[in-house]
Amino acid sequence: MITMEHVCKSYRIAKRNAGFKEACKALFHREQEEIQALRDVSFTIQDGEMVGYIGPNGAGKSSTIKILSGILTPDSGQCLVNGLIPWKNRIRHVKEIGVVFGQRSQLWWDVPVIDSFLLLKDIYSIPDSVYRSNTDELTELLHLKELLRTPARQLSLGQRMRCEIAASLLHSPKILFLDEPTIGLDAVSKLAVRDFIRSQNQLHGTTVILTTHDMQDIEALTSRILLIGRGEILLDGTLEDIKRGGQTIDETIAQLYQEYEI
Amino acid sequence: MRQNRQNQTRNLPCQKRSIRHSFCLYTHYLSINIRSAMEYKSSFFLTALGQFLVSFHVFLGILFLFQRFSNVKGFTYSEVLLCYSIVLLEFSLAEMFARGFDQFSEMVRSGSFDRVLVRPRNELLQVLGSKFELTRIGRLLQALAMFFYGILQSHILWTPGKIITVIFMLFGGTCLFSGIFLLYASLCFFTLEGLEFMNIATDGAREYGKYPLSIYGKRMLQFTTFVIPYALVQYYPLLYLLDKRNGVFYVFLPLLSVLFLAPCYLLWRFGVKCYTSSGS
Repeated sequence: MITMEHVCKSYRIAKRNAGFKEACKALFHREQEEIQALRDVSFTIQDGEMVGYIGPNGAGKSSTIKILSGILTPDSGQCLVNGLIPWKNRIRHVKEIGVVFGQRSQLWWDVPVIDSFLLLKDIYSIPDSVYRSNTDELTELLHLKELLRTPARQLSLGQRMRCEIAASLLHSPKILFLDEPTIGLDAVSKLAVRDFIRSQNQLHGTTVILTTHDMQDIEALTSRILLIGRGEILLDGTLEDIKRGGQTIDETIAQLYQEYEI
Repeated sequence: MRQNRQNQTRNLPCQKRSIRHSFCLYTHYLSINIRSAMEYKSSFFLTALGQFLVSFHVFLGILFLFQRFSNVKGFTYSEVLLCYSIVLLEFSLAEMFARGFDQFSEMVRSGSFDRVLVRPRNELLQVLGSKFELTRIGRLLQALAMFFYGILQSHILWTPGKIITVIFMLFGGTCLFSGIFLLYASLCFFTLEGLEFMNIATDGAREYGKYPLSIYGKRMLQFTTFVIPYALVQYYPLLYLLDKRNGVFYVFLPLLSVLFLAPCYLLWRFGVKCYTSSGS
């Protein structure tokens, strides 16, 4: 179970105007601005839920994911993931979670994918039997058989993303964080990835938290939606709650954003 | 089904991070780095050759100098050669195995340090494993060749104590240079950029290390004894090797420089605490 209570997080960001002169000035005196990335965020996610976490760019989605995965420490507030405080019990906590950053690869660029998997086996100390059954299952479901022996640099984006997702699930995590997993994928790959995520949730009761700008992902996968804007949770409900005005889900979301002026 | 497997995974002793276990992972990182490097064979060999030639050129520099002067502040050609080769060996070893720190600024800036933090292993081990500069084998070979040449030329009467001293020098020096690389990486947490001035402490020290540190004067010797303890792995044990000083004290002096790792590690821990990720 994931609980977040009154979590706040702010960053200091250096700002300057355009131009060479301004850059020189900034060398000596830097204007700093404090950005409130999260203000008083609270929510609870039960085991086995699939939650879509949406909001416009810069709303605080990534900050939330980073706090939940133990990368960042919030300024104030409580956060418990399966009874652990992520940033305090980092090593024990991250054994139980899988994280896919859609924009960043975790595979070794120059060696076959299977080599990266074997390294992950060592990193997570996955027992042989577990490793074997997990790779068998993932290979079958994600159709990786042909890909595993290819170096990651020679895979297409869609193929690589399937390998990335498999890599994040090798250690049977109980919670899976997906940060834009379908970005840049073609229709076939998207469908494959979605099917797979759904089956993981059904087969193993994996809790899935998905951030994305692709509303079809949300529609296809999640039963619950958290809408965040300007660092606050604006809406916590089901897909039906959100589907009020608008023809397509994209339009609905755009309307929502307008409604909340975010 | 997965529930079962989860239980299996969870029942493994969580905190049993034996050194052997970490060492296994480290060698696994090493092997994957070798495999990556082998993908680009010609680049690898040419860079290694380049490294060899660069150090060879420094060796020529010493050679030509000593054709004009018979000694530098009482140190002969072969003694200087021995001194330099040991420093070079230490440096190349540290560079091969701890150069992951050198690219750390890139890791912080691109946010790939996030990935390190979501893995259940020591951060330091993972950063170390992220990059081994294997092309430095060229420099290492050059250093080895010079080392044996220096030993043959120097007519040192080898005793067990002296052999141990050399081993301790290599060990202490490698730790010292690794410590400086670690220091360099830790500063990236605060500056986000690599700091070129830190190269004075690494590449600079390698160049200065050519000659016994006493030739640079008393101030320099004090600095390299108490601040960044180069002299502990170079000047003092060298005096012992060359029979200019006596005492078991000198044998163990190089090990003292390992202490330098402690403040570097503390700064690193502090940096990890302050880390604020970047971008989305």
